[in-house]
Amino acid sequence: MRYVEEFRDGELGRALVAQICATAEPGRHYKLMEVCGGHTHAIYRHGIDQLLPDNVELVHGPGCPVCVIPMGRVDDAIAVAREPGVILTCFGDMLRVPGSDGSLLDAKARGAQVRVVYSPLDALRIAEQDPDSQVVFLAIGFETTAPSTALTLRRARAAGVRNFSVLCNHVTIVPPLRALLESPDLRLDGFIGPGHVCTVVGARPFQFIASGYRRPVVISGFEPLDVLQSIQMILGQLRANRAEVEVQYSRVVPFEGNPRALEAIAEVFVLRPHFEWRGLGFISQSALALSESFAEFDAERRFRVPGVRVADPKACQCGEVLKGVIKPWECKVFGTACTPDHAIGTCMVSPEGACAAYYEFGRVLRAREPV
Amino acid sequence: VSDARETRVLQLIDRARAKPRRFRDERITMAHGAGGKATRALVEGMLLPALQSPALDALDDAAVLELDGTRLAFTTDTFVVRPTVFPGGTIGELAVNGTVNDLAVTGARPVALSLSLVLEEGLAADDLKLQVDSIAAAAAAAGVEIVAGDTKVVERGHADELYIGTTGIGLLDTRAELATESIAPDDRVLVSGPIAEHGTTIMLARDELGLDADVRSDTCSLWPAADALLEAAGPALRCMRDATRGGVATVLNEFARAAGVGVLVDEQSVPVAPPVAAACELLGIDPMHVANEGRLVAVVAADGAGAALAALRAVAGCDAAAEIARVTADPPGMVLVQTGFGGQRVMDMLTGDPLPRIC
Repeated sequence: MRYVEEFRDGELGRALVAQICATAEPGRHYKLMEVCGGHTHAIYRHGIDQLLPDNVELVHGPGCPVCVIPMGRVDDAIAVAREPGVILTCFGDMLRVPGSDGSLLDAKARGAQVRVVYSPLDALRIAEQDPDSQVVFLAIGFETTAPSTALTLRRARAAGVRNFSVLCNHVTIVPPLRALLESPDLRLDGFIGPGHVCTVVGARPFQFIASGYRRPVVISGFEPLDVLQSIQMILGQLRANRAEVEVQYSRVVPFEGNPRALEAIAEVFVLRPHFEWRGLGFISQSALALSESFAEFDAERRFRVPGVRVADPKACQCGEVLKGVIKPWECKVFGTACTPDHAIGTCMVSPEGACAAYYEFGRVLRAREPV
Repeated sequence: VSDARETRVLQLIDRARAKPRRFRDERITMAHGAGGKATRALVEGMLLPALQSPALDALDDAAVLELDGTRLAFTTDTFVVRPTVFPGGTIGELAVNGTVNDLAVTGARPVALSLSLVLEEGLAADDLKLQVDSIAAAAAAAGVEIVAGDTKVVERGHADELYIGTTGIGLLDTRAELATESIAPDDRVLVSGPIAEHGTTIMLARDELGLDADVRSDTCSLWPAADALLEAAGPALRCMRDATRGGVATVLNEFARAAGVGVLVDEQSVPVAPPVAAACELLGIDPMHVANEGRLVAVVAADGAGAALAALRAVAGCDAAAEIARVTADPPGMVLVQTGFGGQRVMDMLTGDPLPRIC
């Protein structure tokens, strides 16, 4: 695979690890957060965390767009899917996310029409081919996927497709980061920035982390060499006592982002005053809804959506796990009320979430920890 | 103090895990058919307790029955794949080879099959003829006779073109005594060819992804490969399994749990054809989790591994067979992967379906 294998060269990786070891100051412990779920996946898949020196620790961030959808929103999607004549379409990994009474997969088994699509355009195509059904696209994701939803809605309007709508759960990445940074017990030294989000929004929106909170941010690519180089760049900044936004993923990320994608987002969406995140609670201006000019395509207006808030159990401590304040096993519900089969918090929903990984592999992970 | 608490939490998890899986779902979802944890809960939580059969409880690919001094392997399988014709095979070929392979990896020479057809009203006769011909051809190639059968037709919409069930019996081979419990540290794990080809073919053949690649299903009889291993390794052959639903990763996890050993996979030595690797990369799926229909995984004692691999490679279609992993004492019940990049990770069983049903 050209353009992929080049970024997985083990020898270059070892050279980068040697540089990281040389840059990390002995006696200092580094906690770095990879913001994006894609990075968590790459770190896990290639075993990058195992290559790092003991005093460089990676903390998984809130950037898995599937895991952060709260139970109430899953319930809303299920309610819409159960309306007669509705076909609910969504990405496959959304199917297993638990609501208060089961997941979309369970709703499908009870007779709701739920179909997996690979792009919102597929959902629009289903609507065009089946004019007698109401086709709803359950939109999720950060700024990375919002433009494709926006372009699909533009196309739907241009083509006059009346039986298509969007149940919008798009979220934005900066507010949850700000919420993490605002907390007094924060123990993070730097951030591996979300490369794919930045192809849309650019690097500028992350400037506040460097200037306001004095934490380095390096916007990173998703191959193992990218991640290692980003870690090296963050440690370099910390060593030089710098806090800046740097772009490691410069082959893809323009500093100013993608103006056409941003324009599409601005036209189709507006910021919600507040939105609930699984495990993190309400965060103001952290999600998108359809704008007035696209109101006719808004599933929340077209259908009866319960919109009931289902509280995470009080004992859920995902916020603290994400901030690096506690370890997964220190959470009060870990392994009892909250397990991979019956997940409560965002960290347990995705198999790569910190808690799910610890539940499955804790014995191995612990054996590897330095004593 | 915190150390003791962590130990307690880990013990709690271990205890919860060791309990037989309970089936508590209200309805059957697609996850129950995906071959992963939900399937396990259904089988261990509902079927096994109700049916009360020691031979079934073993959950091997085929049951071994001793009748009047003759040891027979007996197994059954149902095939619901869509599309019914795909590059490299048909649902008919899968139905024959799937059951033949469950017998072969139990160490039994396949002898006879039964065939049940569930046909959807409106199915084109030509399409059915094509399937019947491919069933006949696959049976001839595998050296089995189809000796019993049944045909049912259901209303349009109540089946998806056709479903096929096959049941098979085979004669147990005496050259080796196969048992997953006999797997021991330092044993070697072999795979009989490039992996993930069937599952990838089906995903691409559904045409939902807009991807095109030169990939063909690997469906074939595994008896020649099993025969060669039995001959070359003899008692050094611990066990075999065909890596269907859930892929090679699921088989290795089953081995690790059954024998209470660890398995360390060398990712770079796992044979994956370049177009398969590229398609899996794009889809974000690990080839180790993708279904095969003509690949077996065998565990061989270290001193027999070289001869076994050489014999396997001499079998037609198995020239890319490889040693992919080593059995370790620690961590018991777990599969670790040495990644191509130099790190290590845990490789779990598949939790759900990577995509809708593929075999």
